[in-house]
Amino acid sequence: MNAATDSPAAVAAVPAATPAPASRMARAALWVGLAVLIAAPFIGLYPIFMMTALCFAIFACAFNLLLGFTGLLSFGHAAYLGVAAYTTGWLVRSANLSPELGVLAGTLLAGVCGLAVGLIAIRRQGIYFAMVTLAMAQMIYFVLLQAPFTGGEDGLQGVPRGTLFGVLSLANDRALYYVVLAVFVAVFLGIKRIVHSPYGQVLKAIRENEPRAISLGYDVDRYKLLAFVLSTTLAGLAGSLKCIVVGFAALPDAHWSLSGEVVLMTLLGGMGTFAGPVVGAFTIIGLQNFLADRVGSWINVIIGAIFVVCVVAFRRGIVGELNAWQQRRRGR
Amino acid sequence: MEIFGIPLQAFLGQLLLGLVNGSFYAMLSLGLAVIFGLLGIVNFAHGALYMIGAYVAWIGMEKLGINYWFSLVTAPLVVGALGVLIERTLLKHLYKIDPIYGLLLTFGLAQIAEGLFREQFGVSGQQYAVPELLQGATNLGFMVLPNYRAWVVLASLSVCLGTWFVIERTRLGAYLRAGTENPALVQAFGINVPVMVMLTYGAGCGLAALAGVLAAPVIQVTPLMGSNLIIVVFAVVVIGGMGSILGSILTGVALGLVEGLTKVFYPEASSVVVFVIMAIVLMIRPAGLFGKEA
Repeated sequence: MNAATDSPAAVAAVPAATPAPASRMARAALWVGLAVLIAAPFIGLYPIFMMTALCFAIFACAFNLLLGFTGLLSFGHAAYLGVAAYTTGWLVRSANLSPELGVLAGTLLAGVCGLAVGLIAIRRQGIYFAMVTLAMAQMIYFVLLQAPFTGGEDGLQGVPRGTLFGVLSLANDRALYYVVLAVFVAVFLGIKRIVHSPYGQVLKAIRENEPRAISLGYDVDRYKLLAFVLSTTLAGLAGSLKCIVVGFAALPDAHWSLSGEVVLMTLLGGMGTFAGPVVGAFTIIGLQNFLADRVGSWINVIIGAIFVVCVVAFRRGIVGELNAWQQRRRGR
Repeated sequence: MEIFGIPLQAFLGQLLLGLVNGSFYAMLSLGLAVIFGLLGIVNFAHGALYMIGAYVAWIGMEKLGINYWFSLVTAPLVVGALGVLIERTLLKHLYKIDPIYGLLLTFGLAQIAEGLFREQFGVSGQQYAVPELLQGATNLGFMVLPNYRAWVVLASLSVCLGTWFVIERTRLGAYLRAGTENPALVQAFGINVPVMVMLTYGAGCGLAALAGVLAAPVIQVTPLMGSNLIIVVFAVVVIGGMGSILGSILTGVALGLVEGLTKVFYPEASSVVVFVIMAIVLMIRPAGLFGKEA
């Protein structure tokens, strides 16, 4: 499955850890994971934490679609999460919209922002793409900081959860948890479907060798742009859901440090794998939650150190390493 | 006297402030360009190194009694040495793989540095006194020119032009440029490329630290001063294109001025104007104003 890297331009970086047909063990792990998620409210896992982690898992999966499966590093993904969170927050709180419409609007607006930024950013490749997306995200951040309806430094507080489709009250943590879980599962399967579709195969071709994809006649820019829009839209979905879950939208949602964190989640879990971003998101959010009141500013140092270790010695990530270990074992 | 309904003094004051910021942009984007040229790494830690430079000066002043003029030398040396250490222990493992890993690694380093300084010094700003020699202001007739700001502009532009001269006009610079084109060939000619790479990274870091020392008396020294700046500098680099040294100096200064002007006429937009310009430039000339590659 690994592309032959005979061309010098082959992007050898992003590990082509696309699994051979999922092994029985990997599939079993997925089912166990799902079972734990379904049972979570009954085995004493704190629901707000689980919901937040699931939102970030959606975020990381969306990001992985771009970095892991298309080979594009966006360093500004928090902006789309932030835009969606603010949109949903404002619509649900100030315009009294129902949560499902608020989430829909937030998600769509994030996609529109993604389209606007994507049109500009895909004009540059590689490392420049990262810098352009970072700069555009910073611009969105400043707009959110200064716009009259975003509450400045305070953000939008007190966003009500409301009633889903007018029937299901989301005030109950358990009800909301299963809604979030359902959305997460849908996104996870959706991304899997996209990657395995003919479209996803072209994305992988672009990742492995862009010049060759061009010479085969693919309109590479259009593929990349669509991937970018898909990814930012799903990042927006994560942001909108998170706003409903925690009941506020604030500036950290759009800050570049969150853009860095989602890179770390993906890298730590294993980019280019399906389960990796989920594992990464739960690890990082769990770590932050656990350390929040214990270490103060050291959290930044710890996150930074994990980053450095991942890049220098652990580029395949947790799931990537597990896959590789299994393949080695099978090969023996 | 007024210009477009704005008092001339305020107008020129903002313009000067823009020029000061522009010289920092120039120094930082210059360092980024040199490092990227030779190492193929976009140094996200550049902002953090700038911040460390300012703190080294501040600590020197507060704790060790090292005055400003010595700090102009010691801070770049300290930070340059730190850069060499980073290059030897971490960056050198990344040269053969995709440049995005270099960006991510230096991002992690920047986070570590920021966290450490926040833990140690808190987020509130520290004042660094303007050195005695440069206190006060000179009345030029049409405006009052604060001496220190004038010095910052002169000093950083001289450093930038000096760097340009070394790279474009000396033998050492020729090796450097050759190393950018084809490191293997330069190595074959008997130049010690790894050492050159190491020293270049150190020099780039030192340049960032020097900007930090120059900035310390103008702005508040805080752990966050670097990360706020580095993103703007990235936009500057995208606008200028990393291909040309002189290009990055010019772009840096010009964008500082534009930012200053925006602050006069439409202050709300001053924090985003550089990004807007970046978007426009990307539409018209995707390779950047001075970029060579398509």
